This record gives sequence, C-alpha cells and structure tokens, in this order.
Amino acid sequence: MAEEERPEYWRWPESRWTNPDVDWKAGDIITAGVDVGSVSSQAAIMVDGQLFAYSNMRTGSNSPDSATNAMDWALKDTGMTLDDIHYVVGTGYGRVNVPFSNRAITEIACHARGGNFMYGPTVRTILDMGGQDCKAIRCDERGKVDEFLMNDKCAAGTGRGMEVFADLLSVPIQDVGDMSLDVEEEPEPVSSTCVVFAKTEATGLLREGWPKEKVLAAYCSAMAHRVVTLLERLGVEEDFAITGGIAKNKGVVSRLEAELGITTLEPRYDTQIAGAVGAALFAEALVKKQRKQAGG
Amino acid sequence: MRANYGYTDGSGEWYITIDTNKCDGCRKCEEVCPEGCFAIEVDDYDDEVAMITEVQRKKIKYSCGPCKPVGEEHVEPCHEACPHGAIEHSW
Repeated sequence: MAEEERPEYWRWPESRWTNPDVDWKAGDIITAGVDVGSVSSQAAIMVDGQLFAYSNMRTGSNSPDSATNAMDWALKDTGMTLDDIHYVVGTGYGRVNVPFSNRAITEIACHARGGNFMYGPTVRTILDMGGQDCKAIRCDERGKVDEFLMNDKCAAGTGRGMEVFADLLSVPIQDVGDMSLDVEEEPEPVSSTCVVFAKTEATGLLREGWPKEKVLAAYCSAMAHRVVTLLERLGVEEDFAITGGIAKNKGVVSRLEAELGITTLEPRYDTQIAGAVGAALFAEALVKKQRKQAGG
Repeated sequence: MRANYGYTDGSGEWYITIDTNKCDGCRKCEEVCPEGCFAIEVDDYDDEVAMITEVQRKKIKYSCGPCKPVGEEHVEPCHEACPHGAIEHSW
C-alpha cells in the first residue's frame, strides 16, 4: 500500500507584519528583539518605541540560524537592513546563540516588558505559556518584574504538548480550542498533563468511543488546571494577561478564566511576540543609556 | 525581585526562592551550596545578585532537592549562610 502523506496538524501558521504608519528612515532609535524559543522564534523591530515589524516562525534545529531567519523575515521588503539597527537584544531559550545580538536578557524580564507594551500598564500578572515551559510573572506599571515563578522544563501544559495532541487527534492546531468547547458537558480533565501519559489516556478514551471534542476538552481542562496551581502559588493580581502560543487557544484560556474567576485582557497583538517586543524595548532603553553616558 | 525556581518530584511541587531585593551579592550561598546551584551574576536590571544558574534550573530536582529535610531537622546550608535571609524554600 502506498504511504499517504499525512497532513501536519500540529503546524501552526507562521506570520509577519509591517506597520504601514511608521517611516523608519525618519526614526532616531531603531532596535530589535529576537526571541529564540524552544518551539518558535520571533523578531520584533521597534522604531522610536513604536512597533515597526515582526516575524513569528518555527525554531529550527540550530539556534543561530533560527535567529537569523526570524530577523531576515522581519526585515523583508522593509528596505531596512541589520546595519540600520542600533541595538539587538536576544532572549528566550537560545538567547546566547543570537549571532548579531548586543546583549542577552532573560525571557522573564522580556515577557514582562513586552506584556506591559502589548496589554498596557495596568497588567500586573502575566502568564507566559511557551513551547516547553510556563512562567508566571508579576510586574509593576513599568513592566519590571516583581516576582516570577518557573518550573523545570517539561512539555506538560505547554505548546509542544498541544501540538502532540493536535497530531494525535488529527485536528489542525488552530481549531483545537474551539473544538474543545463544542461539548455539551464538561468532562473530567485527563488525570495527567504529562504528554506521554496524557497521550496514552487519550488513546484509551477514543477507544471507549469518546468524540474528539470531548477528549480535547479533557486535555485543555487538565492543562488549564496545571497552570492555575502555578498562578495560585504566585497569587494573581489583576489585570491578568497571557502571552505565548497557548494564549490563542480559547479552550485553555476560557477554562483557566473559569477556574480562577477572572478575565484575561484581550490581546491586540500576536501573543507569541511578547518576548521579542520586550527585548526590543530593553534594547531601546540601553541605546538611550549609552547615548546619555556618551553625552556626559 | 522574588525569583521562584521550581521542580516537581514524587512528593510534590517545590520551590527555592531568592529575594534579590535582600541580596547584596556577598557570595556566601555560592560558597556553601554543595551542588553549586547559586551564582552571583548581573541580572536583567543590572544588579549583581544571587541566582540559580541556567544549567542548574533544569536539574534542581537532583541538585537542590537532596537538601529537602526528611524529618524535623533542617540542614539547608544556603539558609544558614545568607546573612540577609534572602533564600527560602517552599518545603
């Protein structure tokens, strides 16, 4: 039997954007942030504190290449080159491997700063749901971190886990959230968010005749519950926002809101670019500091 | 900044907390930790403070975990060493 090509259900759409209202040639300070995560990489370019362009793509097996690809894509058709950028900050899992960066800053500080820019100064608690780990962050009105909570690396409750589930159930990853909400009654969450165990459990549920929607509901619910325990330890102060890829999954977000009894701020930007935007803002502050020092 | 680094093992979810506002970078924790979990480094806001090193963050279950007390007696050398009480554990 000829092997049929199986669609890649886990593959989420990569994207790029340029701000048509910004004339970068008239800009004074041009900076960039590059966030090389374990699953996705982003580059964001800021011109005088305004977001000018960004790209969001999958991380490859090589961090320097992923950083370069993300940056090249963000710069594409803008007329701008890497030489026009005054300062680049690298962040994320592969932050020390960004070949053209001037400094590396942790993704915790960058997500807080980027979250502050993307959601406004009222945001106090940020949950970064990344590809391979989750971080709960509390910050002040300037986006400076007051407290953060991180765990050892594990795919449970993360984007990579969701990718595995999309693939297991042959559901395009963008549809997982909505589909998981298409259940008459909320099922019990799967007993473990550990991707290996959850996958085995889900296979068993499918065999019992559970529809895909119900299995996804049980998984999204377990994932929401896992991060709720993380957030409860930190203490959620509103306003609350979620960054990272899972923020796009309504199935997880709405269950998390229900369990915590709060609402999350509506995202105005691609939630995956928070780290890169924060890094670009750090870069801008560093340029200003350098200029001030140079000026005496 | 309160930095909470966590891990999960068979007995639950545990955190080591470093309050960098209390830390003056004296390096005592760095000297006493038998597993070398701590390092004094410049943080994102340009302060020289104690942190769990990047390498250690992924394996504190095995490096920090062994100091978790099994009975009443507490033996965390980092708690003893820090003159400002900047290091805590959730256990």
